[in-house]
Amino acid sequence: MSDDLLDRLAAEATPVPRARLPMLLGLAVAIGSAVAMLVMIAWLGLRPDLMEATGTMIFWWKFTYTAIFSAIALWATIRLARPGGSMRRPMVGLFALIAFAGVLGIAQLVIMPPGMSYELVMGGTALLCPFYIVGLAVPVYAATALMMRRLAPTNLAAAGFAAGLLAGSAAAWVYAFHCGENGMPFLAIWYTTGILIAAGIGAILGRWALRW
Amino acid sequence: MNPTADNEARLKPLMLAALAGDQRAYRALLAELRTHLVRYYARRLTNPAAADDLVQETLMAIHTRRLTYDVTQPFTAWLHAIARYKLIDHFRRSKLRQTLPLEDDAAIFAADDAGDATARMDVDTVLATLPDRPAALIRQVKLEGSSIAEAAGRAGMTETAAKVAIHRGLKALAARFTGGAR
Repeated sequence: MSDDLLDRLAAEATPVPRARLPMLLGLAVAIGSAVAMLVMIAWLGLRPDLMEATGTMIFWWKFTYTAIFSAIALWATIRLARPGGSMRRPMVGLFALIAFAGVLGIAQLVIMPPGMSYELVMGGTALLCPFYIVGLAVPVYAATALMMRRLAPTNLAAAGFAAGLLAGSAAAWVYAFHCGENGMPFLAIWYTTGILIAAGIGAILGRWALRW
Repeated sequence: MNPTADNEARLKPLMLAALAGDQRAYRALLAELRTHLVRYYARRLTNPAAADDLVQETLMAIHTRRLTYDVTQPFTAWLHAIARYKLIDHFRRSKLRQTLPLEDDAAIFAADDAGDATARMDVDTVLATLPDRPAALIRQVKLEGSSIAEAAGRAGMTETAAKVAIHRGLKALAARFTGGAR
């Protein structure tokens, strides 16, 4: 092999800021989420009572739960976009977050009269919610995967899982602007289910979608 | 003494300089990496042309994906992960079902045999503090990978007795080396 290659590569040694990788992945998620938001508005529509909803606790808990979930999933994705990266620490954070949402859900079931339990858990859209979240995750996953192919994941299934978690949680955040459900248990069960389905699909797709 | 640490100490500063835009440091780094990669792939592939392609491909990957290096982590670990990924990817593409060196975690650089030897000597010293029979059982089952049945047969005892002896021996060692905490 000639030295030409080395000379050519060395000539391209432009400075690489340390934050370049997190910024690129963050940008990909932002673009994917913007597309998901447009799709949501065109396909499902914003909830008609959005203005009044912003005065309720549950709206902001949905907003916060999915936002924190996305942040941790982005952390996991950044780690797995590097060679040999592991997602053990982010996963601990996600387990804690999901457990906290579960505790809030149970607390609400205990506090509210038993007659309301079914409504709080199932709402009116229990089975549709995970389905919509997975659907809205598609553009986010696509944007994230396209970016990750330019990075260097070495465990493709795990990287796909992290990208799926990220896509699912960002999609859930978007979906919260449509969803009119008011139960904490509903959020803990069905939002989380949708995100985890997206993550599972992401892990399966990762093996070929993330190859480089 | 320790080639891996040596390489890390020499290569990481070059990489940091390269990431800061120093072309001369980067050129020196690439030249060294090429030497190491040539050896790494030559040792693992029978086809010299394929090994050559992989060296080139890996150098390109190192270049285009250098933003994935986390400067708080060892450089040689990052390098090895990329070289290994390219190797496995090559096997996958060429659909060779030959023995894939998956457990081969030897670094690109000469393995740190000194460390292994020290660890072995430590184990010997520790086991010597136990009576002969439990020590032999622990060595065979835990270090050499024999089954409990085999080791028990060799020691002329029942499997249950062997299991108990191993358990007691390990417990005694644990007690001794945690200051008798458990």
